[in-house]
Amino acid sequence: MPAAPLAHPGRVVLDARDIGRALTRISHEIIERNKGAGDLVLLGIPRRGVPLAQRIAARISQVEDVDVPVGSLDITMYRDDLRLKPARALLPTEIPSGGIDGKVVVLVDDVLFSGRTIRAALDALNDVGRPRAVQLAVLVDRGHRELPIRADFVGKNLPTSLSERVSVRLADLEDDGVDAVSIEPRPDATEVGE
Amino acid sequence: MKRHLLSAADLTRDDAELVLETAAELRSLADRPIKKLPALRGRTVVNLFFEDSTRTRISFEAAAKRLSADVINFAAKGSSVSKGESLKDTALTLEAMGADAVVIRHGASGAPHRLAHSGWVRSSVVNAGDGTHEHPTQALLDAFTLWRHLGEERRGGLEGRRVAIVGDVLHSRVARSNALLLKTLGAEVTLVGPPTLLPVGIEGWDVETSYDLDAVLPKVDAVMMLRVQRERMQGGFFPTPREYSRRYGLDGRRMATLQDHTIVMHPGPMVRGMEITADVADSDRSVIVEQVTNGVAVRMAVLYLLLGGSESESPE
Repeated sequence: MPAAPLAHPGRVVLDARDIGRALTRISHEIIERNKGAGDLVLLGIPRRGVPLAQRIAARISQVEDVDVPVGSLDITMYRDDLRLKPARALLPTEIPSGGIDGKVVVLVDDVLFSGRTIRAALDALNDVGRPRAVQLAVLVDRGHRELPIRADFVGKNLPTSLSERVSVRLADLEDDGVDAVSIEPRPDATEVGE
Repeated sequence: MKRHLLSAADLTRDDAELVLETAAELRSLADRPIKKLPALRGRTVVNLFFEDSTRTRISFEAAAKRLSADVINFAAKGSSVSKGESLKDTALTLEAMGADAVVIRHGASGAPHRLAHSGWVRSSVVNAGDGTHEHPTQALLDAFTLWRHLGEERRGGLEGRRVAIVGDVLHSRVARSNALLLKTLGAEVTLVGPPTLLPVGIEGWDVETSYDLDAVLPKVDAVMMLRVQRERMQGGFFPTPREYSRRYGLDGRRMATLQDHTIVMHPGPMVRGMEITADVADSDRSVIVEQVTNGVAVRMAVLYLLLGGSESESPE
């Protein structure tokens, strides 16, 4: 999803420092909830979940002095709207070499919205192995759930209208190298999810 | 991508690279405990094989099953076809059974094209080899194997890489599809064989040709050996098998003249001692076994891209 042209940058709700602080807090909450980082595996949901997972892992490593395995989990083939659009390109799935059996998997995504992406991710996870527990960390929870799914760790609760779009830009993926979360009017009202 | 895959020429460079990238993601599935994805759940893929081909059929079957499709195998031997049923009636039967994709192997060049454009079936048609015409999924898996060894780490992928295709080009659908696809991907192709086994009209293929294997070998990044298809030969294309392998077979001595990074390929089935010697086929340069593994990933990618989305839902 390309960012909106700069003519309408939208309203910035989190800047780079806000995002940094939110990720630091999430990292501490993950350690606290799990009483350490021993059995953790972080799996980012491409694209934007992956750099977020890497940043959280780096922060946890700083605090706990252990390396947290980080991977990515593509959910394309598990989407419930797969048949509604032309075949989509697949994104990388990389499961850390230690696997996920018996581990605590923290799924990481940028925006929690309908919950359908996370439902797909849980299905995908099921085919990879059997974690001891699955937790969910998101940078932004914008509400409007369509499934009984909630996040364990939330960077920012952001009340939104369905006519708005939450745009997350991460330095790792954007040309301009700037982190920002902004709210924009939605260009087409049919696009849901992501 | 288009709705059918009938010829390697149907693929634009973007299409072909999408297949290769999708195959690269799907290849890691083989290392997982559950080798299955749900993308084609509820879809039916029919393998319609009028010619014997265990290798290609099980490759397509494995690919479809790993994507959760239902697979129906239809082999012509012992079927209604041997009782005289026409391609049209067979096709209408498949249509009535609700096939979403038909993978067809046929001895007549153009049979898949006929099936796709006749209006007999609404399903996607995948050419799994027709006569001496084309075999596009073989070309894609060869390109994927080349790409993994020679292109993945480079800008431009296979751009400018040199590939020699050696042997019975005349009877080879693999050679034609490969020449077309490798050109699309920017590679340079040289077809090597005795004059009797290079097809008439090859000037129009936009490839180099040579009768001299020894002169070509040191220059290429990959050598693809073709099987001599004696079942399609009536008459003398070369004096003796021994003379053929002396001039166009790949043996240890010739292999020593290759560059260090050059890989050796063969679409199979091999005739050891004819076009390739056992020591070459089993050497470190040989990627022949890997080609088979890659075949499943590439066919998964093709089936997913043809059937996974919405376009195939709405018949033209």
